Amino acid sequence: MSDTLIRLAHVEKSFVKGKEKISIFEHLDMTIPRGDFVAIMGPSGSGKTTLLNMLGGIDTPTAGEISFDGQRIDQYNERQLSKWRSDHVGFIFQFYNLMPMLNAAQNVELPLLLKPLSASQRKQNVAAALEVVSLADRAKHYPREMSGGQQQRVAIARAIVSDPQLLLCDEPTGDLDRTVADEILAMLQLLNKELGKTIVMVTHDPAAARYAKRTLHLDKGKFVEREELAA
Amino acid sequence: MSDFKLVWKNLMRRKLRTFLMLFATLIAFAIFGVLSAFNNAFSGDQAAAIDRLVVVNKINFTQPLPVSYPARIKQIEGVKQLSYANWFGGYYPEPKNQLVVFAVDHTTYLDVYDDAITVDAATRKNFMTDKTSAIVGRAMADKFGWKVGDRVPMNSNIFSQKSGARVWDLTIAGIFDKKKENQDTNFMFFRYDYFDETRSFGKDTIGWMMLNLTSSSLADKVAKQIDETFANSPYETQTDTEKAFNKAFVAQFGNIALIVTLVVGAAFITILMIVGNTMAMAVRERTREIGVMKSLGFPGARILKMVLGESLLLAALGGLLGLGLATLAIGGMKQAAGNFVPGLAMTGDIMVFGIALIVALGVLTGIVPAMSAMRMSIISALGRT
Repeated sequence: MSDTLIRLAHVEKSFVKGKEKISIFEHLDMTIPRGDFVAIMGPSGSGKTTLLNMLGGIDTPTAGEISFDGQRIDQYNERQLSKWRSDHVGFIFQFYNLMPMLNAAQNVELPLLLKPLSASQRKQNVAAALEVVSLADRAKHYPREMSGGQQQRVAIARAIVSDPQLLLCDEPTGDLDRTVADEILAMLQLLNKELGKTIVMVTHDPAAARYAKRTLHLDKGKFVEREELAA
Repeated sequence: MSDFKLVWKNLMRRKLRTFLMLFATLIAFAIFGVLSAFNNAFSGDQAAAIDRLVVVNKINFTQPLPVSYPARIKQIEGVKQLSYANWFGGYYPEPKNQLVVFAVDHTTYLDVYDDAITVDAATRKNFMTDKTSAIVGRAMADKFGWKVGDRVPMNSNIFSQKSGARVWDLTIAGIFDKKKENQDTNFMFFRYDYFDETRSFGKDTIGWMMLNLTSSSLADKVAKQIDETFANSPYETQTDTEKAFNKAFVAQFGNIALIVTLVVGAAFITILMIVGNTMAMAVRERTREIGVMKSLGFPGARILKMVLGESLLLAALGGLLGLGLATLAIGGMKQAAGNFVPGLAMTGDIMVFGIALIVALGVLTGIVPAMSAMRMSIISALGRT
């Protein structure tokens, strides 16, 4: 098994707005090893979210290759990408994106509906995921009955319940105060260290980035050195 | 949790809205059920035999015909069996409780309607031997608790006896049952000879004749020949198949089928717009959640099934409750007006058509939002640009 989990080679991404072609990436190369925890920082419009979308298979490059565990996911069709996401990727969003009509346990169970598991197996997995995020006692609570930090922990439980290799986090602490944000980031760090999850986190917050093993700075569609970005 | 539970949770997230949509659907299907039952009852198509002709006075069916006509018509080639009857205008025991009662030719009536009703040998024997006897349909007998041998004082709101009395004492010779699913049994008949002997006016006239043919293909030819036989006489005839006669009878109340179609059509178009628009709105409100589900790996086809499942569930709940309500309402109406709308019932055909409408409503109201949810891009759904 190769150490490289994700590889981007000569990735281009552009779109047409009116008569104008807007280029976001030109020949972007990137490698993320298995078990890495990468923070991606950069100013607004630098392409952070677009990069995360492409890593998660919810957007496709205009040209170039994106490989996951040696497989070209940029060549997958919609159905294959859905299956790939359910098997390998967990998303954590800034605004949690929980289903308001489902309680915590039911929200966490959602990804497992895509797996050939019995109801009791799903229940066990949900209980284990909620235990990891220390919310076992909130299983029957609805999102409206929980704080922002608790909701984000439910979202993390949902992201890890099907045991994906890759966690993609889009400003996971952007809506939380510092103390709660630190708890969430420590939890992500734990998932990386203890469970070996590969994590790619987009953030504006330098304090959040410090929890990652390394930080990449993106500006105008290219990775740059911190000094270059500051200049 | 199953997909069904997820669909149910989505449907119940705005309870008032769901309740209002259910209520609107329920009302539409209740209207459909009740009107269709009336339409079926009025048309009476299923009970009508295709090879039976009905002969009435050309002016209209309330005018009499001479009692000599049956013998002449019997001579026409193609006529297999013939009988005749007269409307009695019965009520029992109060004038407000009007019943369907005929005076019939006892020697032929049971043979002509052998395909529709059945009586046992003892009943037939009683009817032949006792001039004052009557045969009662099962529904009417059950309603009044009549049994064989009972004497029933039957009143008429049209005829009187020579003595001035308006009551005929009839003896129940037996009870008939239906042979056909949609055949009504909420009526009775007694002997024409007894009626004609005792009535104070209209002697030697009959109301209508009904005849079976040797072949249904002869219907047009025989009908034409009968009407030509009596053309330019004081009592011209109008001959039709029993089915056409029933339709013409119903037509005096208006075009029931058209009324049903228009009312049900209007109700369904309204429901289609209300539920369809509400479903589209509900899915639009959930754009972000659909994006999240897709990002979790739910394929578009499964999202489509869930949204379609929601609209089908809504239509099924509202529709089945509506059909249930219609069944109850028809039951109540049958008690109140069954004497004059025989065959009023929620039939299997209405239920099957109702269920087909439920499926159509569910699919039509859900397909557009379901397709839109299936095709929704995750990026635009999550606002991630």
